[in-house]
Amino acid sequence: MRTTGWLAARIAAVRPTTSHARVLTLDVPGWPGNDPGQHLDIRLTAEDGYQAERSYSIASSGPGERVELAVDTVPDGEVSPYLVDVAEVGDVLEVKGPLGAYFVWHESDPDPVQLVAGGSGIVPLLAMARAHDRSESPVPFRLLYSVRSPDDALYRDEILDLAGRSLDLTWAYTRAAPEGWPEPVGRLTPDRVAAATWPPARHPLTFICGPTRFVEAAADAMVATGHDPARVRTERFGG
Amino acid sequence: MAQFTRGFGSRRRDADPDLPPGQYLTTDFPVLSAGPTPRIPLSEWSFSIRTETGETARWSWDDFTALPSEEVSTDIHCVTRWSKLGTSWRGVALDTLFEDVETSFDYVMAHSYGGYTTNVPLEDLLDGKAWIAYEFDGEPLDPEHGGPARLLVPHLYFWKSAKWVRGLVMQQHDDPGFWEQNGYHLRGDPWLEERYW
Repeated sequence: MRTTGWLAARIAAVRPTTSHARVLTLDVPGWPGNDPGQHLDIRLTAEDGYQAERSYSIASSGPGERVELAVDTVPDGEVSPYLVDVAEVGDVLEVKGPLGAYFVWHESDPDPVQLVAGGSGIVPLLAMARAHDRSESPVPFRLLYSVRSPDDALYRDEILDLAGRSLDLTWAYTRAAPEGWPEPVGRLTPDRVAAATWPPARHPLTFICGPTRFVEAAADAMVATGHDPARVRTERFGG
Repeated sequence: MAQFTRGFGSRRRDADPDLPPGQYLTTDFPVLSAGPTPRIPLSEWSFSIRTETGETARWSWDDFTALPSEEVSTDIHCVTRWSKLGTSWRGVALDTLFEDVETSFDYVMAHSYGGYTTNVPLEDLLDGKAWIAYEFDGEPLDPEHGGPARLLVPHLYFWKSAKWVRGLVMQQHDDPGFWEQNGYHLRGDPWLEERYW
């Protein structure tokens, strides 16, 4: 799929997914479809011509001209507060994509998949888990999802739903856990990453996405456990 | 003609003539890599340049850091749209490393520890345009940002500035490296917005 030029995208639906993040569904005439894990660029243009552009991961995949994003507010941000707090159904922005051909899961991949998400890093990984759920692929998927608290999990209900069908799910909480949660609350340690992910002997393909610190720690833990670094794919955002 | 977006523009940032089109300013130093961060002991580190004859110039860490180095103050621009202005580095100019290298090929493939590759025309590396950098802000370059040493080609998008660089191989044609095979532009000039295929 080649990358498009700028295409007009009309917001078809918005819904909150946490108190600080929102799912946006866009109708994009001319969108060529995308693979699970890809991203796109968004361009906003103010009435005086001022523009801002940012990249966002895509939560949806497959053919069709409907594209789903989930955007978490960056408090001092310029684009994310607009998308989370201001944009409404019917508003029009522009997108270009799909982008990136490496952080992508293909239905034909024969190996088990390990997903490791920190915060809004879940978005491209959810695209993969959704694609796997509706595919005929027999490979097992595991997700380790680290969030500050249960209320900070994007797509919580849908992830729980997938976990009942096609996804082996482990939550990790860094600030607050549900009452009676058996695991420690805090940043993931190498031991906890190792316990919640496929062992190297299963030869998984691993996708890790989240803030830089989180991705560094999780990827280091996978390598220290014995995973081949070439089988660990990462996508980092933020400082 | 761009499409106006209703209600956008109240939180805009100041325009800056040093920012290429489509970029925004960041003051932190985001990290972007495709995989885990490799950690290379200095005792095992080396850097080499191989030409079409198979001849290979090679430097150990001690050889390399004994070469004349330069302080570089420059803006950097990532294809993911952040730019950071006035960054300061120390490194060895590619002009110095290529002094005794004989080649008739016009293109270079940079290879990194961890397997990353990126292609660059030789003319984008010479005449004071590129360095192998090993310090950032006066400190040894952090592994997250490509240490012990990375290629620094600041006039191109930053994916060309290969982290954890271990060698350059001359090539006859501008064959694509890792990101160039995965959707990104063959050359990557930020002022021309050469982002994608």
